[in-house]
Parts: sequence; structure tokens; C-alpha cells
Amino acid sequence: MNFLPLWRYQNQLIDGAIVTLELTVIAAVAGLLIGVAGAVALKGRVTPLRWLVRAYIELFRNTPSLIQIFIVFFVLPNFGLKLPAFEAACVALSLYFGAYSVEIIRAGLDSVPKNQIEAGQCLGLSTWQVFRHILLPPALRNAYPAVTSQFVLLLLGTSLASQVATDELFHVAGFIESRTYRSFEVYAVICAVYFAMAMSFKALFAVIGAAAFRWPRRR
Amino acid sequence: MALVEIRDVHKTFGRVEVLKGVSLDVEEGEIVTIIGRSGSGKSTLLRCINALESVDSGDIRVEGEKVHAAMRDLKKFRQRVGIVFQAFNLFPHLKVERNITLAPLLTGRIDKARARALAEDVLTRVGLADKIDAWPEQLSGGQQQRVAIARCLAMAPHLMLFDEVTSALDPELVGEVLKVMEAMAKQGMTMILVTHEMGFARNVADRIVFMHQGRVWEQGPPAKLFASPETPELASFIASSR
Repeated sequence: MNFLPLWRYQNQLIDGAIVTLELTVIAAVAGLLIGVAGAVALKGRVTPLRWLVRAYIELFRNTPSLIQIFIVFFVLPNFGLKLPAFEAACVALSLYFGAYSVEIIRAGLDSVPKNQIEAGQCLGLSTWQVFRHILLPPALRNAYPAVTSQFVLLLLGTSLASQVATDELFHVAGFIESRTYRSFEVYAVICAVYFAMAMSFKALFAVIGAAAFRWPRRR
Repeated sequence: MALVEIRDVHKTFGRVEVLKGVSLDVEEGEIVTIIGRSGSGKSTLLRCINALESVDSGDIRVEGEKVHAAMRDLKKFRQRVGIVFQAFNLFPHLKVERNITLAPLLTGRIDKARARALAEDVLTRVGLADKIDAWPEQLSGGQQQRVAIARCLAMAPHLMLFDEVTSALDPELVGEVLKVMEAMAKQGMTMILVTHEMGFARNVADRIVFMHQGRVWEQGPPAKLFASPETPELASFIASSR
């Protein structure tokens, strides 16, 4: 076992980790926006829109995310939409994360008692005001643990983007391995990096959660 | 013209007709208590007055304005008609002050500078000025209900509806809520209450309405109604409530 040959590739590893983080954060933010919009649509009264969102959820939750990335990268150019590897991975992972987020946020919204909505309406608030100020904060709190777990899965899932030559961490690892033939050392190191990133995000989310959701839980 | 005019209101849930032609007037400054057995339509009537339920037929007018779920100024209407629920329905993620000032701020009734003063004012009226910075979950049931009343008062309503507001409280907490309502009654607030608190109904109400099987079965001043009920149904209800 010799880790020393890997030392000269430290910059590539750092760059790869940064790309992994960029992919994760971009897909998570976009996915969350999709999640909120989709959850609102699912709870709305426009039936065709509900069907569309339901079809999207089922499609993206029941097909491999690697194939989703391939379709965005290899198939969409046939329809005139050619995206570079990083952007293609961002789009595919956002849609993947969004499909899970819709269900998580919908469950969060459903967990808020209906009488809260009624109380808001009775104070003369508009539908949007009730949603934004009364429904959303407790719903996000209830959805938060599931969203953060899904975020970590997304972080680990970004390694799939290596298959369309995105220069993220796993792709960089493959490159270093091909140069050093140190399979165990290379994959042990990137495993440790993924683990460190995942644990750091978990700790960060715990701090954010404690700061954002300060109100006491119901007894 | 009465503040609230209810004419021949019918309301059905599925196959069950809950209101079967209810007619009732409530004058400005009057305190009307609705009593009756569970399922007699009391709460449904209250919810119809606030357009939380639509009536199937008949007519409800508040300050001359016809009430229905699709009315153009529904939000403004609801600012004038406060309702307090059995389950308090405080917003758990907002402190007491924000619970009270959220609606006045969002509806443009007050600006930010006056928000805290308004919260202090209404909380003083319900005897909870020291709880302005508390979370709802840190309050007892009685205190939460008083905050819910304060939240309604902050909108300066012309009419207050109370839907069994003491039913979910432990017996020792009922008194503090009734005391607040009694004080509001003395200040001339028009109030319609659905309650099982017969003592309160007898002492505070100007008129008692007994609902039975979806109809106004009997109504009149508390002293007369309790002393000499005209119908066997009311007599039996009063007897069972003792």
C-alpha cells in the first residue's frame, strides 16, 4: 500500500471535488424549486397538470439515473438540444432530485393540519399568503430530514456524471488510477473524500435546521 | 337592518341535510348563544356565516352584504368577521406577537412600526401582555385560546364568531377564556357563540337560540328559555346539561 504516488494529483482531486460539489448544489437548488412547484401543482385543481407532474415523478423515480444522464447528453442533441457534459449532468440530476423532492414536499404540505389553512383564510389572507406564511414553513420543517437525506444521495449519485466525461471526483479518480495503477489507494482516497463531504453536509444541515426551525415541536 | 340576517338556509353534506331552513337575525351589539346537541347544525351555521361553507339555498347577509364563498371581497369580508375555533389554530412556527400581527401587516391594516404596539394592546385586553414573545407551544390551552381571540381582535372585527372555544380545554382553564369573552361582551362587541357552557350562556347572552335537527327550534332571552322552555326537546336538553 503506497499513497505517495497520489500526492502529485492533489490539485486534480481538489478540482474534481469542487465539480462534484457544484453539480450537487446546482442540482439540489434546481431540484428543490422543481419540488416546490411540482408539489403545489399536485395539490392544485388543474387535473392535466397533476397528471403531468405525476407522470414526471414516476418516470424519473423508476428509471436509472445513469440512463437519464445518457438521454440528456446523447439523445437530446438529436432534437437540437446539445449540452456540454457538465450542463447535461446538471439537468439530468436536477430532474432526478426534483422528482423525489416533489413527493417529499407534498408529504410535508400534507402534514400541516387543514385547520391552519382555514385559520389563515379566516384572517383575510390570500391563497398565496396562506401558502407562503402559514403552510410552507411547517411543511419545510417536516420535509427537511427527508430532503437532506436525499441531498446526500444526490451528492453520492453525482459520480454517475463521470460516464459522460464530467470532470467530477469519480472521473478524476479513474484518470489517476489509469496513470498510477494504484486502484486501492485511489478509491480509498476518493471514498474518504465522499464520506467527508457527506458528513460535513450532514453537520451543516443540522446547524441550518436548528437555526431555521427554532419553534418548539408540538407536545 | 340587523347586522346578520339569515333567511331559510339549507346545507347538505352528502346525503345528510345539516341545516333545514334556518332563519335568524342578530342585531349590532347583541350577544347570541347557540346551543343544541352535537349534530344539530350549530357549527355548520357559524361556518356558513363566515363563508367557510357555502349554503345550498337561502341567504346570509352580514352588514347587508350577501355572504358566499365566491364573493368578490371575501378576504376583506373575513377581516370584518372574526372566528375563533375550538382547536385555537395558532400558527406554531410564529411567536405570539407575529401570530397576532401577521394578518394586519399582510393585509395592510397597519405598518411595521405599529405592529408591536397593536400586539401589546390586544394581548393586554386578554390579559397576556407578558406572553408577547412566547411560542404558542409554551402556552397552556387557555392561554392559546386567549391569544387566538387577541389575534381576531387585532383585525378590529365588527362581528365575532366563537365555535365551542372552551370544548378542548381542561375544566380549570375554561374560566379564563370565558372571562375574556365576557369582557368583550361588555364592550359592545357583536358576538355569536356556539357553546356547551350553559352558565356562561345564561349570564352573558342577550338571546339564546336552541338548534335541533338542523332548525332553530326555540329562541328567546336566557332567563325565560331556561326557566320555562316551550318545547320538550329544549326541556330535555337543559335537563341533560345540568
